[in-house]
Amino acid sequence: MSEAIQPDVTIDSRGATCPGPLMDLIGKVKKADPGTVFELQTTDSSSKNDVPEWLEKAGHELLDTVEHQEEGYWSIYIEKTE
Amino acid sequence: MTERIVIVGGGTGGTVLANRLTDDLAAEIDAGEVEVTLINDTPEQTYKPTFLYVAFGKKELSEARRPITDLIDTDRVNFLVDRVTGLDTEGKRLSLAGGGGLAYDQLVLATGANLAPEEVPGLVEGGHHFYGPEGAEELRDALAEFEEGHLVLSVIGVPHMCPAAPVEFVLMADAWFRERGLREDVEITYTYPIQRAHGIQSVADWATDLFEERDINLETFFNAEEIDPEEGVIHTLEGEAFDYDLLVGIPPHAGSDLVTEAGLGEEGWVSVDRNTLEATEAEGVYAIGDVADVPTSKAGSVAHYEAGTVADRIASRVHGQVPTSTFDGKTICFIESGMDEATFVSFGYGDEPVVREPSKLLHWGKLAYNESYWLTARGLI
Repeated sequence: MSEAIQPDVTIDSRGATCPGPLMDLIGKVKKADPGTVFELQTTDSSSKNDVPEWLEKAGHELLDTVEHQEEGYWSIYIEKTE
Repeated sequence: MTERIVIVGGGTGGTVLANRLTDDLAAEIDAGEVEVTLINDTPEQTYKPTFLYVAFGKKELSEARRPITDLIDTDRVNFLVDRVTGLDTEGKRLSLAGGGGLAYDQLVLATGANLAPEEVPGLVEGGHHFYGPEGAEELRDALAEFEEGHLVLSVIGVPHMCPAAPVEFVLMADAWFRERGLREDVEITYTYPIQRAHGIQSVADWATDLFEERDINLETFFNAEEIDPEEGVIHTLEGEAFDYDLLVGIPPHAGSDLVTEAGLGEEGWVSVDRNTLEATEAEGVYAIGDVADVPTSKAGSVAHYEAGTVADRIASRVHGQVPTSTFDGKTICFIESGMDEATFVSFGYGDEPVVREPSKLLHWGKLAYNESYWLTARGLI
């Protein structure tokens, strides 16, 4: 599925310590128009839980999560809704 | 031919770098082989961590400022008070507001972060902050008159400078209102954008326990979208309406238009290699401090250590060597946990810091460092 997703914005948070991947994502989502698709690249495994939890609270859509095992990171695809 | 090194920005990163370069390249500068120019839009440097103390009436703004000419070796650094209005990375040339231009061989951008409270409707009218000199003084006056009601500190802008400062603010406010016998009449709430109290897990855990102990409310997944100053309400991205009487909102931050216009990065932050600090979109350009888009805190300690790396890399190139010095994300933050105790954390890229037990000694350490900071700016410590 993910191969079909073409993100409008890619956020590279790999190796991020402070303030972290979810914070990077929120900052970008705030400024984007509805319909914008993001790819959040993260090496922080807790993002797999944190990001969906925030998306549910804020009402945006989780499109897919893809693990890049060899490179050691995840791509989380998100769409900003209205 | 003279190697022209230009530094834009005279904050912590810019002055530490200028001093490191004059140390490393003194002979070449004296021989006319290297020229170092530092440009800043004001003649003074402001040490921003002072603002937190200004808000509580513990320090004055005058203590936060020093003339840049006192911090650098003016015999070896050309210091210009001017504003850079354009950057041509192909032609390696800067345009200056004062007229004319300046050519460079190696350029270091150290322009910092700017506050952009206007990005959140109602925040300018309805919120206070301690992230700028005027804001800190206005907050000091508002706090002095605030004797009862709901004080809300909301971390709104991400990323923002000094990620520990909002935690420090509420812990200091708690102690400050207790000292003044007003704490029972003042409710304090701290809000944070993600699911915990801070971006760093260990700091979040530490702060959460302290907040509970000190009766400070914690709201998470809280992203202010609009402020209604008339009603005293914060409307969030998550659909909540939250009442306040005095709002301290950490405003959104913006990088530099110069960076965006030059095609060096998004939203004014320079895209750099996180280890070499060399711009990914232009040759001969580096970025240090808040303007560099690296995955760690926007903090003075980061600018300080990055300046060391860039000085080493530039000096190696001048000496005809292959630069090998790299930045590993080293960050150090003192964190006040009241009016008379503090802790500190240190970490690099990917590390989880340990929060030490707060102590009076560390509080004095933080205050002592704030005083001796000017030695850092001068490249001495």
